[in-house]
Amino acid sequence: MNGIRLFSSHLQRQHNILQVASRFTGTLVLAEHANDKLNPITLNTVNAASRLGEISVLVTGSNVANIAEQMAKVEQVKRVFVADHEKLKHQLPEYVAKAVETLQKQHKFNYVIAGASTFGRDVLPRVAAQFDSAPITDIITIHNGDTFTRPIYAGNALCKVKSNASVKFLTFRATAFKPAKESGGDGKIEKAPKIDFSFSGVEFLSQELLKSERPNLQSAKVVVSGGRGVGSADNFKIIYELADKLKAAVGASRAAVDAGYVSNELQIGQTGKVVAPELYIAIGISGAIQHTAGMKDSKIIVAINKDPDAPIFEIADIGLKADLHKAIPELIKAL
Amino acid sequence: MRALVAVKRVVDYAIKIRVKPDKSGVIKQNVQHSMNPFDEIALEEAVRLKEKQIVKEVVAVSLGSSKSQETLRTALAKGADRAIHVEVEEAMAEKIEPLLVAKILRKIAEAEKPDLILLGKQAIDDDCGQTAQLLAGLLNWPQAMYASVVEQESDKTFIVTREVDGGRESIRIKTPAVISADLRLNEPRYATLPNIMKAKNKPLEKKTPSDYGVEVAQQTQILEVTEPPVRKSGGFVEDVPSLVVKLKEVGVV
Repeated sequence: MNGIRLFSSHLQRQHNILQVASRFTGTLVLAEHANDKLNPITLNTVNAASRLGEISVLVTGSNVANIAEQMAKVEQVKRVFVADHEKLKHQLPEYVAKAVETLQKQHKFNYVIAGASTFGRDVLPRVAAQFDSAPITDIITIHNGDTFTRPIYAGNALCKVKSNASVKFLTFRATAFKPAKESGGDGKIEKAPKIDFSFSGVEFLSQELLKSERPNLQSAKVVVSGGRGVGSADNFKIIYELADKLKAAVGASRAAVDAGYVSNELQIGQTGKVVAPELYIAIGISGAIQHTAGMKDSKIIVAINKDPDAPIFEIADIGLKADLHKAIPELIKAL
Repeated sequence: MRALVAVKRVVDYAIKIRVKPDKSGVIKQNVQHSMNPFDEIALEEAVRLKEKQIVKEVVAVSLGSSKSQETLRTALAKGADRAIHVEVEEAMAEKIEPLLVAKILRKIAEAEKPDLILLGKQAIDDDCGQTAQLLAGLLNWPQAMYASVVEQESDKTFIVTREVDGGRESIRIKTPAVISADLRLNEPRYATLPNIMKAKNKPLEKKTPSDYGVEVAQQTQILEVTEPPVRKSGGFVEDVPSLVVKLKEVGVV
């Protein structure tokens, strides 16, 4: 189980270290889900984690048998641990962390991994603290069992790091890894060990989730995004209309969120969500580094802005200098 | 009630950073630095809680080189009552990881006994987003991350609205607790000139990690820092019809 360091020390040739590692190391992936639905980020995480050894998954929650079954079928998954408890119903990080900690103490995985989402960012460092381990978050490249690259300074620099932590706590950026297949796996489902939930400092009250018929922002193939240039919440209608025409998700810049045009769940950027769709259409967005940090890995970037000097045009594959209030309705008609 | 606020000195958010030619890091010399924007928000919240007479004393803490004192003076000018500077050498300051910060903050928390510890949700230089969670884990305190609303409910409880992936979530936390500030928690104030002058006389205590019995160790070694691949501009199209043609050409529409 604790093979990678031992083994790599007398393995002088580095080229096949990943295959070697995969036979000797255990990796725990935290499954993320909401209301009986698996969050797709878990699949990206499993795929990335499969490069770091045999995969076990932990599913936490209340009445989550179906999620466990779904996870067991995911390609590469060998074991699924289920921590099913009323206390885990809303998956508060304090309780999820207890579940991960208990399982880790028993099985001593070499890696504990989650997606770099609110859930993963919340839980993973809290557990890492119990094992005196410095986590590495938002990884975009795995070089080998202990070396990773992550963006810093809003994606304006890439930092390659080597972790000497005995247990590595990592989060992966979903858009940097392909999802694992949802079938083909034959994981064994087991009950997680009994967890001590005697913690009373936190209580879930309510949740207000944004309901949308549109595809999920982080997995959408096309994203149409509006900025301050859109002008008002009312004007944002044309952004939605264009998105519907393209079966796209809707995003926004921080300026549009701060101005109250849309709610913050739609924010793309360093402090919002990171997307990398096939097509990203930036409308009325100037292209501040805060924003481009969240979308510059998109395959094709289209920018529509009336200011030809807007920095967004420096990274756009296709630029159109135009008044969006005229151009977007025209574009909708033409599509 | 006492509030502890952790603040970090970072390269100003408006600066376009440059990577050092030897790939050891980014150029920081002669570059404008300021308080991490999320920490400004955390500090503002603490000061507002003081103005509402919920909090009696606000203590600002920073870990870093001697230059971090400027950041602490700013915190004092914005309303903190006193400051603690945990000093490390400049060369070391570059390598500090969130776990070390969390360990030192735990020791300070044990000494100062705050009811609330407020931090920014991430620093805009390393973009780690870990310190608050690590600290809550070390202390075994409740954590309210990405807070957009913080309201006192009773003597020992707060209701916090959190910004989560799908929307918002409301939780009740019991003090002592760790809160991390999201962008929309508040609009930080500017330090006025009279307050900047007054801040010069507020107490600023100097400490070192060894005063807290914390060993300055690193688990993560930075191998190299590089520029991200540059995207090239593809130029402009004339009008909407030619945009549609281009989109069809690349096959995305």
